[in-house]
Amino acid sequence: MSRKSLDAFPDHAVSATAAAEAPWPVRRRHREKYAMNKELLAFIIVAVLLAVVPFTFGTSTTFIAMSLAKGLAVLGILILLRAGQVSFGHAMYFAIGAYAAAFLSSAFRGIDMLLLIGAAILASGVAGAIVGIFVTRYRGIFFGMVNLAFSMVFYSILEKAFHITGGSDGMRIRRPTLLGMELKRAEFDIAIYYVILLFALLSVWLVWRYLRSPMGEALRAVKSNETRLEYVGLSAKSVLLGGYIASAVLCGIGGVFMGMVQGLATPEHAFWTRSSELVFIAALGGPAHVAGAFGGTVVFEAVRTYAAALLDDSWQLILGVTLIVIILWAPGGMVELFRRLTGLDRAKTLTPEAGR
Amino acid sequence: MTPNFAVLALLDGIAYASLLFLVAVGLTLVFGVLGILNIAHGSLYAIGAYVAATLGQWLVANGYNPWLTFPALFAGATVVGIALGGMLERFLLQRIYKKDEVLQLLVTFAVFMILENLQRMIWGVQPYFMSTPLNLLGNISFLGINYTAYQVLFLPAAAIVVLFALRHFLRHTAIGAQILAVTEDREAATSIGINATRVYFMTFVIGACFAALGGALATPTTSLVTGMGANMIVLSFAVAATAGLGQIEGAAVSALMIGVARAFAVYLSPELEVIMPYLIMVLVLLVKPNGLFGKDTARKI
Repeated sequence: MSRKSLDAFPDHAVSATAAAEAPWPVRRRHREKYAMNKELLAFIIVAVLLAVVPFTFGTSTTFIAMSLAKGLAVLGILILLRAGQVSFGHAMYFAIGAYAAAFLSSAFRGIDMLLLIGAAILASGVAGAIVGIFVTRYRGIFFGMVNLAFSMVFYSILEKAFHITGGSDGMRIRRPTLLGMELKRAEFDIAIYYVILLFALLSVWLVWRYLRSPMGEALRAVKSNETRLEYVGLSAKSVLLGGYIASAVLCGIGGVFMGMVQGLATPEHAFWTRSSELVFIAALGGPAHVAGAFGGTVVFEAVRTYAAALLDDSWQLILGVTLIVIILWAPGGMVELFRRLTGLDRAKTLTPEAGR
Repeated sequence: MTPNFAVLALLDGIAYASLLFLVAVGLTLVFGVLGILNIAHGSLYAIGAYVAATLGQWLVANGYNPWLTFPALFAGATVVGIALGGMLERFLLQRIYKKDEVLQLLVTFAVFMILENLQRMIWGVQPYFMSTPLNLLGNISFLGINYTAYQVLFLPAAAIVVLFALRHFLRHTAIGAQILAVTEDREAATSIGINATRVYFMTFVIGACFAALGGALATPTTSLVTGMGANMIVLSFAVAATAGLGQIEGAAVSALMIGVARAFAVYLSPELEVIMPYLIMVLVLLVKPNGLFGKDTARKI
């Protein structure tokens, strides 16, 4: 029933389906556990596969490292989508992460990678909190576009303050040390791949836990009915602010990794079309599951890289058409398509908790 | 800053505000009636500009009377607005009116990406320029300052004509009344026999025409580059949001505010130029979350 509903993303019918489930709590718990084990298994398999990439597909190590970095940012967008909000300005936090690393690495030669990551988390978290206090007053289109305005201010500052930020050429990020070790180019590529992978897996786990926690559930209520959320005694604004800061930090981490892999931080990172790309990927991958963030990023980056080789300068065209097709016929994105193909869809409607 | 510079900045600002208003009024009209914030509006602006420039260049190159470039600007804009805008509404937007506004936003973003790509494929990445109308009108002297008549007279005149024509159209014609009725309550309007589907279509086409017209009229004053659509959609949203989404006269006021503020920034501290529109928007929204002229919306329970 709810599947054909006109609402944005098909993750909303929980209460109704759960009520229908009520007479068989035991069976439901059993199914839920079963589905969870399956997900855990899939998670471990993917983690292992990714861990052996440098040994098996060495040439795609950097490609996957960059996809994972971007996927981290998309994961942040996913949190906001859970509250029914899209931000067209989160590339700002991506850029903040990258620039934090650029400033530190030019000020302190041979600084440790972990310090750069820590700085990026701190900077994006603080920025997210400050901007968040203001933007969480808005919902829907205004939320998206006010975020966009902030990111454009930031973009312009990056571009115009030439003597501080290097203008449109951006800033170099020197290769950092890792736990005190000086790394050569090739070693660094492998090392950072594993650091990114580690952070990606950790973030997936944390975000998964967060979305299932009371705060995560409250986030869903921001989407479905804010007033009722406040009747329960929770402030919709602070619930959203929590999600906003988390999403900003994830974007910051993505940005610092992307910056370190590329060795560069440019204002381009903060431009609004980059922000929209992140939202785009989240919708492509499917907002109903954390796997959608990374699956979507890999597909997006692959189309962008390989479509350019096949058909000269047409990746935007291809992706634009893809997005429209997805929204019109499979609003749950790749996650929903995957479930339909594997028959997990049915399992999800039976045990709605499992699919999230 | 000498008084001369102040006058220059003011005239510059008014010329720029006129273009901003043309684009923003289309955006705000479409949002007010259809409830969709059309990100592809920026692409319609860019494509309107490119089509007008191509048409104008062709006319000049083939030895036609250069004054024909004026009607060419309007013809180009109308063709783009009706053909492209009409197709968009008929084949795409009609399918998404009942979807969540976040999805509507994403669909128009996808259209923006597609149009941006097509625009690069058709016109390439080389800058385009077609200044014939600007040169034809020549310069005028104002308080001892020479200024192009196109920018100081023609553009503001076009903006004022559009503002009053739109006001008259919405308030004093049958079709305008239908549009207002549908905006107020689509179901009630349908029940008294108004064809809401047609009203949506027409409104979108009119909005698209304004975007394309903004682009066409901007053609003589700037060179056309890729990315102009991406910049314009953000700017016109800033104008529309500062005024309050759906406010037509308000858009004129905020376009003037933003246009003039930006022009003064150019003369006083150029670094602030790009930031100015967003700064004004953020400051206004900080005090009035629904914009200068926007109304509060009731909370739903």
